[in-house]
Amino acid sequence: MATEFTLNGASASFDGDPDTPLLWVLRDHLGLTGTKYGCGIAQCGACTVHLDGKNRRSCVTPVSTVAGRSVTTIEGVSGPEAEAVQSAWVAIDVPQCGFCQSGQVMSAVGLLKARPRPSDDDIDAGMAGNICRCATYVRIRQAIKDAAEAMEG
Amino acid sequence: MNAVTPTRRSFLQTSGLILGLSLPAGRAAARAVAGGAPDALFAPNAFVRVTPGNQVIIVIKNVEFGQGPATGLATLAADEMDADWSQIAVEMAPANDALYANAALHTMGTGGSTSIATAFIQMREAGAAARAMLVEAAARRWGVPVSQVTASKGVVRHGDRAATFGELANDAAALSPPEKPVLKTPEQWTLIGTDVPKVDSAIKTDGSVQFTMDVRRPNMVHSAILHPPAFGGKMASVDDSAAMAVPGVLAVKPVPQGVAVYARDTYAAMRGRAALKVEWDLSAAERRSSDELLKVCAEAAAQPGVEAEAEGDVASALAGAAKTIEATYYFPYLAHAPMEPLDAVIEMNGDSMEMWMGAQMQVAQLSAAARVLGVPPEKAVLHQQYAGGSFGRRVEGTMAFPVEAASVFKAYGGRAPVKHVWTRENDLTGGYYRPIMVHRLRGGVDAAGRIVGWDQVIAGQSFARGTPMEAMMIHDGIDGTMVEGARESGYAFPAHRLGAHIVDSRVPTLWWRSVGSTHTAYSVETFLDRLLELGGVDPVAGRLALIEEDRRKGVLTRVAEMADWGAAVPEGRARGVAVHKSFGTYVAQIAEVSRGPEGVPRVHKVWCAVDCGVPVNPNVIRAQMEGGIGYGLGHALYAELVLGEGGVVQQHNFDSYRSLRIGEMPEVEVAVIASREEPTGVGEPGLPPIAPAVANAWRKLTGKAVDRLPFIHGDNR
Repeated sequence: MATEFTLNGASASFDGDPDTPLLWVLRDHLGLTGTKYGCGIAQCGACTVHLDGKNRRSCVTPVSTVAGRSVTTIEGVSGPEAEAVQSAWVAIDVPQCGFCQSGQVMSAVGLLKARPRPSDDDIDAGMAGNICRCATYVRIRQAIKDAAEAMEG
Repeated sequence: MNAVTPTRRSFLQTSGLILGLSLPAGRAAARAVAGGAPDALFAPNAFVRVTPGNQVIIVIKNVEFGQGPATGLATLAADEMDADWSQIAVEMAPANDALYANAALHTMGTGGSTSIATAFIQMREAGAAARAMLVEAAARRWGVPVSQVTASKGVVRHGDRAATFGELANDAAALSPPEKPVLKTPEQWTLIGTDVPKVDSAIKTDGSVQFTMDVRRPNMVHSAILHPPAFGGKMASVDDSAAMAVPGVLAVKPVPQGVAVYARDTYAAMRGRAALKVEWDLSAAERRSSDELLKVCAEAAAQPGVEAEAEGDVASALAGAAKTIEATYYFPYLAHAPMEPLDAVIEMNGDSMEMWMGAQMQVAQLSAAARVLGVPPEKAVLHQQYAGGSFGRRVEGTMAFPVEAASVFKAYGGRAPVKHVWTRENDLTGGYYRPIMVHRLRGGVDAAGRIVGWDQVIAGQSFARGTPMEAMMIHDGIDGTMVEGARESGYAFPAHRLGAHIVDSRVPTLWWRSVGSTHTAYSVETFLDRLLELGGVDPVAGRLALIEEDRRKGVLTRVAEMADWGAAVPEGRARGVAVHKSFGTYVAQIAEVSRGPEGVPRVHKVWCAVDCGVPVNPNVIRAQMEGGIGYGLGHALYAELVLGEGGVVQQHNFDSYRSLRIGEMPEVEVAVIASREEPTGVGEPGLPPIAPAVANAWRKLTGKAVDRLPFIHGDNR
């Protein structure tokens, strides 16, 4: 039986092994490749999506568990937090290689939704699951603060 | 497509010219050399295209895996062209050595922090030639002297008349390029030296950038591979019945590198791989553990070794010293672990081959894959992709990965395009590590505290040995990449000696961000700190007294000023300093640390001064210092790749190969030295000073010298 869910606001369906991680359904079957594979065991955060608005590692999320729920990926993320985060990211040139950045952006948007004015400790905790091997962390922290400030103003 | 004819290629090679070529202008020529720019109207050389829509496309010959060459190279051309930054787009160059070879490598490639250094004149001349032709086209159209025509921000003017580059492109295409384009003086630069926005930040923020892993082709098959559990092992037999029973698995094939599983999607390929039952033949494999290999290195390091550098009589100097110390340093294997594991997509159409890859040496890697498939070079096309990090991992001297990807493709019979993707487990257990090294140092000071002798021996693996690079890289028994940074250390020791031993192993090793300086900067800068202390000399003042080069002194003086070296440090914290030159770039850093969790330093702040000659884009330079510091710190504190009993790698994923996380990243303050010297690279030089700066601060704080990396290793706690 196919798994039905909402993907970036539209209905989506996957008719295959229900244990397939959401990551591979998105990338290999639905053609949304902005969500990345980096480890497959929820250690690096490159695969972060929003499930019903909350951060979720899609590499360890069987597609069967998202049935009837709403999935948002980097291709569909929107709203004031997303706009603020993505503008801040570009303004200070956060990305280097860029491979982890979809996940970083999704985690940052999720963080700002939960904590609109995050402290340094909030950022450390909220972004701890996202590895950046290029170590763009100084700028990730700054961009999250810039985004929070922009949303206030 | 990359359809440069053999005739043209031979001509180009004979002429020895890359730039200023009189290629037939116009649409056809643009197609012939530009690969993906069929709409280009004006293509004066291999690097610049002006479209009818007034877009200026700069062709980028280096791979972009985060260090910013796409932005830097485009800046150089755009400035001389007087283009407006908003009209600039970039495109990856096709695999073509005649047009796009790296002058330092004699083939297309990215490494040794050479991208900007080798392109500084080339890309500017490309832009200047384009500008001259656009200006001449306008002068002719308006019937005025060239000398009265100006260009600025993509617009050419004379009096009240103005035309955009796009409007002039067709006329300019009919002209011949100048023989020797006139370059601007530094005072005339408008983009070079400024923080122009990076060309790829937006696409890397909204998820639209395409990496190799994102490539999709009709009827494409996904492959996963299982490698032998020890280096040098081979498959003896495979039972694929369980793997073939996994829904979606299409085939299982032995390949020279292991066993490949082909499936309809990545998940099925991974599940199929997990279900393989393989008997391995490990009779020729490396079965020694890291500890055993380090012991071999340590025994070698106790002997003088082949002399790499010597001055004066070190033995006498140390014998006559008032005080002496010695230390033995141990450096583990390190994996590069780029965020995007290695991957490639290969497809055959008739007798032509196409490969999608973020290739670090485009021609060599494409050719290696083509050879496996029996495809002649002119029938092989590379679609160069953005790459998700490298740190040196995206090309081996043996071309191992493209050969594997082609072997996997071939074993499937060429029936479908194959996307071959390594898992993180493949990446970490797949070899090509930063080699293990052991350094033994002895030094002494006289009664006045002056350093009188320095004796250093380095023993470890050479990644050149047994590869096609050996003839080029190993001279008189010395692999220069093992000793760089210790040889020509920049310090004037009265008597000093540097010896080296190459220790052989079947563990494949490779260049890793900053190469020899990953270990030489650590041993030199921490041992020097100890000797200075032995002599009662301040770490900054003591170094300045030993340094001869002004630029090395310059970064050290600057960083000391930035951190207010010598002023009081907050309670419970200490500071350490290190300075190192690599790839022609000078970097000094001061780290402030406290006792962190897990018995390792918590690094609060790093001050960094960098002198890389003309700073083409200060923002990119700062970013590379930040990144080099973070990458270096993460490995120094937390990471090692350990071969356990039987030579089996112990770390399989980021749960055990620990990466720096955001809460562990220090605040970083960077000063970029203003300079008119020829530019040098920044991708690697930010890394070497951080580990010794932290170690020096840690020793000051705790009294403990860390001679075995990483800090978190049990021996240090």
